[in-house]
Amino acid sequence: MDAKLLVTIILYGPLLGATVAGLFGRRIGNTASMAVTTGFLMLSAVLSWVVFSQWTWGGLEPFTNTYVPFIQVGNFVSNWSFRLDGLSAVMLVVVTTVSSLVHLYSWGYMAEDDSKPRFFAYLSLFTFAMLSLISAADFMQLFFGWEGVGLASYLLIGFWHHKPTANAAAIKAFVVNRVGDFGFALGIMTVFWSLGSIQFAQIFPLVAAHAGDSWLFAGQHFRLMDLACTLLFIGAMGKSAQFFLHTWLPDAMEGPTPVSALIHAATMVTAGVYMVCLLSPMFEYAPFAKHVVIIIGALTALFAATVGLVQNDIKRVIAYSTCSQLGYMFMAAGVGAYQASMFHLFTHAFFKALLFLGAGSVIHAMAHEQDMRRYGNLMKYLPVTCAVMVIGTISITGLGIPGVEWGFAGFYSKDSIIHAAYAAGSAGDPLGYFAFVIGVFVAGLTAFYSWRVAFFTFNGHARWTSEDLEHHWHNRDHAHDGSHDDHAETHSEPDHGEHAHLPHESPWTMRLPLILLALGAVAAGFVFVEKFTGADQHEFWRGAIFTAASNHVMAEGSPPAWTVWAPLVAAIGGLAVAAYMYLMREGLGARLAANRGPVYLFFYNKWFFDELYEAVFVKGAALLGDLFWKGGDQKLIDGLGPDGVSAVSLEVGKGAGRLQTGFLYHYAFVMLLGVAAILTFALWAWTA
Amino acid sequence: MPILSLITFAPLLGVAGILALRLFGKADDPKTIESSKWIALVTTLATLALSILLVVRFNPADNGFQFVEETPWFAGLYYRMGVDGISVLFVLLTAFLMPICIAASWKAIEKRVLEYMIAFLILESLVIGVFCALDIVVFYIFFEFGLVPMFLIIGIWGGARRVYAAFKFFLYTLLGSVLMLAAILAMIGISHTSSIPELMVYHFDPKVQTWLFLAFFASFAVKLPMWPVHTWLPDAHVEAPTAGSVILAGILLKMGGYGFLRFSLPMFPAASHFFTPLVFALSVIAVVYTSLVAFRQTDMKKLVAYSSVAHMGFVTMGIFSGNAVGEQGAIFQMLSHGVISAALFLVVGVIYDRMHTREIAFYGGLVTRMPLYAATFMLFTMGNVGLPGTSGFVGEILTMTGAYGVSTWTAIVAATGVIFSAVYALSLYRRVVFGTLDNARLADIGDLDWREVAIFAPLIASTLVLGVQPGLVMNLTQASVDHLVSAYQAAIGG
Repeated sequence: MDAKLLVTIILYGPLLGATVAGLFGRRIGNTASMAVTTGFLMLSAVLSWVVFSQWTWGGLEPFTNTYVPFIQVGNFVSNWSFRLDGLSAVMLVVVTTVSSLVHLYSWGYMAEDDSKPRFFAYLSLFTFAMLSLISAADFMQLFFGWEGVGLASYLLIGFWHHKPTANAAAIKAFVVNRVGDFGFALGIMTVFWSLGSIQFAQIFPLVAAHAGDSWLFAGQHFRLMDLACTLLFIGAMGKSAQFFLHTWLPDAMEGPTPVSALIHAATMVTAGVYMVCLLSPMFEYAPFAKHVVIIIGALTALFAATVGLVQNDIKRVIAYSTCSQLGYMFMAAGVGAYQASMFHLFTHAFFKALLFLGAGSVIHAMAHEQDMRRYGNLMKYLPVTCAVMVIGTISITGLGIPGVEWGFAGFYSKDSIIHAAYAAGSAGDPLGYFAFVIGVFVAGLTAFYSWRVAFFTFNGHARWTSEDLEHHWHNRDHAHDGSHDDHAETHSEPDHGEHAHLPHESPWTMRLPLILLALGAVAAGFVFVEKFTGADQHEFWRGAIFTAASNHVMAEGSPPAWTVWAPLVAAIGGLAVAAYMYLMREGLGARLAANRGPVYLFFYNKWFFDELYEAVFVKGAALLGDLFWKGGDQKLIDGLGPDGVSAVSLEVGKGAGRLQTGFLYHYAFVMLLGVAAILTFALWAWTA
Repeated sequence: MPILSLITFAPLLGVAGILALRLFGKADDPKTIESSKWIALVTTLATLALSILLVVRFNPADNGFQFVEETPWFAGLYYRMGVDGISVLFVLLTAFLMPICIAASWKAIEKRVLEYMIAFLILESLVIGVFCALDIVVFYIFFEFGLVPMFLIIGIWGGARRVYAAFKFFLYTLLGSVLMLAAILAMIGISHTSSIPELMVYHFDPKVQTWLFLAFFASFAVKLPMWPVHTWLPDAHVEAPTAGSVILAGILLKMGGYGFLRFSLPMFPAASHFFTPLVFALSVIAVVYTSLVAFRQTDMKKLVAYSSVAHMGFVTMGIFSGNAVGEQGAIFQMLSHGVISAALFLVVGVIYDRMHTREIAFYGGLVTRMPLYAATFMLFTMGNVGLPGTSGFVGEILTMTGAYGVSTWTAIVAATGVIFSAVYALSLYRRVVFGTLDNARLADIGDLDWREVAIFAPLIASTLVLGVQPGLVMNLTQASVDHLVSAYQAAIGG
């Protein structure tokens, strides 16, 4: 079939599914809603792999399919379209594969939920927005998708809207993303006014000639491309939860776990990375902006890993891990290794979705307990979950053998980032070495926190009892009694009554996605390494990524042996420490935490970002709001203006009695006088 | 057929009908009251049909005035009507919102229903007249008399503090009107014409322009309203009945923006250019200041009212950017705000009708009882925060882009508005709709009924359709906007 038709079905199928489930979910029922959304997603996923195969092995040429106009004012021209190139082809399979598996997984995970049509409608809506984002041919459709995924994220984080924490997290996610969009919007405006278009195909050829132009912004002169790219990158920082704008991502874990896997791990949060890679023709001419990207990426990788070391909520650890891995992707993009960045995005989607869905399986088994201190010895009860989680952990920690070039997916992509950073360093950019050092160090931290999760959850002694689980179920039903009293019956006994409250493996709808993702976490690396970052990379990307003539970070070379082995050594070191603390000397971690040393507290409290932002921005906005309202509007403006006058007049008004007989007549009278005055004047003017 | 006069005065036929009812029936007879509602609804729907016909017959490629009517009136004055791409849109908006207002008042208004319907029909007639008038005297008459029914609507059918609110409205507006009247007199005196098309090409001396500009500015700034003459608006909204707020936010505010486009920019280009920094400053102050104030409100209607002021900040910013992107954005923003803020006031009205309070703290957890309402409210909340895909986005991004072309600082400060709007709009939604239903009095609250669904349906459709196909509107306005911009740029030598 024609690829143009395929991509159209891929893009609009999920929208159709979302519309049907969203509008008619109550009428057609749960199963039909789930089937229609999941069905369209499966179709999209299959077709995406067809398109991706045609792209990778069939020599499909890049194209842009334009549907109808969006916004068109002068040069400000945007169309609803589908841009297919190497980047969007990769994203297509990532998004639709993970999304369809998450849809399937949710059949099991959300089985007890009361609002399934709504949930599946949101998931499909998200997928549509994400596909619009990746297939945009101009900044407006990109922005549409960009904020559309934000909306879906907001709706899904707050899906359990009776929970105050979920509502707060949802708003936080939306607002922090808006801070990023503030920069993003200004970046788009800068591009529009400097290059006269918002179409990528028209902008990119102009960049080289204008990159160095001086541009006046906020009273300062900037180098045009550095300014534009830095502003756009602020948008990426919000969406991809980078340092300073990261605070929403851990809180977003309030949403159902399938959502965390799809949106807050595999796809939406990678939109920032994708955008930077897509705009490589601009970033390649923006050395300052690239340095900003490296620094923010490295800081995030380090920061999130340190926080992840000490968290006890299984989902939060994985969330910080996501944050940290996104930092890696930005480091790669910042040194100019967009291919490596996209490769890591690709492999990360598999192993991180796997880790999240695996965690979901654990949480499901443990009656929605997320605190790992109340896990332990679950290997016995959840063998499949345990196996796939270990695969995911091996993959994220980047285990592999450099000499023979064999390893799990994360090994290839993470190493290609670290190598590129080293290459950038040896090419004379000190920040390349900086990224290299951070990359290696954080690889060690990653190994520690990832294996900590695995050991803490699946090994050691059980730190839970069947009474705990029973208690939990009761609490949960009780909580539902309060808000959904007419649905309390739906949490009926069979699920936990007959199993004596022992954790049990999840249903096949949940296990199958886990197994498929595990395959990806193993194989996505060695199957695609040559295509993404190896000898075939030029053929694979076919111009979608621009590399400046002076940029050789992706070139084949022979880096010093120690740089090849360093990440592996760090990862094994992290593994060893985790094994020592959580396997050999079980309880050591808890004792260290109990000391509450300053470093521990600093990490545990997430470097105190939330406290700082709360004090400065949230309190500040409230204070200013009150000041403007009560001081500005009521005292100053009204006090001097209408109230001052009306204080006098109302006295008169009281005497006059009712409103209609009061000043209204005066007003009408003044108006009539006005008309009369015009008439008089007009007569005078024309007859004179 | 003089279609513009027909549209303008069609609502008066309804007034005649209701007066006939009043004469031949008993005023407090339920049948009479019911009939008066139907007369009003049919009249407004007929006016809407005529307006749609007008838009269909309108030639978007022509950048001048169309359907022009010109008749000598008396005493040397002329009755002149005509529409261009800009004003035809506002005629349509007015005619579109009026049947919604009548339907929204169906049950909410219990006293003096006949008079209420008459007030709305007269209001419609006068407001459409404002947008069709091509003679400055005719314009002034429509513009000023249009306020009378609005006073009555607030003052008679309003809430507890209606007298205070109406008085404030009166004081502010009077200030503007008197100055504008003086300016109109001066303009006629200088140019010896009262024809708007002629005045648009008349070159006033730059010094004179300054004074004329300021006088008109006083009137339009109050009407829009701009900071710091906005404080009448929250009070007027809070006291007005729901339909009154809909018309106030949906249409009356737009008369200010329309005034800038029709008078200030074309007739006083040099002064407009000179005062652009001032307007920009007031615009971005409005965006930031009123957004923060909105965030702190405890009354739903006040919150929406303050958010209106913030959104109007984008309009003035776009208008005074003087480029096509900004003008198109400003016009689109006015239209979009006309739909979305109208819808938001209706959203507040729905639960006010049920519980008779607008206190945010009273509510919470409505989603468990009112899923349809929750979905509707969410859609308009997203429109209010300018989410792409809703009409709210198009106006905001274009006005900011337009302003960026003239002053990056303006765009930067205005862009913070997209953050603040998310804060106040989402926290309102959260407090009212999400959470648990703790208030026992809300236990039996009912979801939207079919009448309310019918009211929201056209607003939902407009918000979404214009959000993805803004060209439907922009194609209509493009020629007139290009004409306006090129004349303005030529006049200021840009």
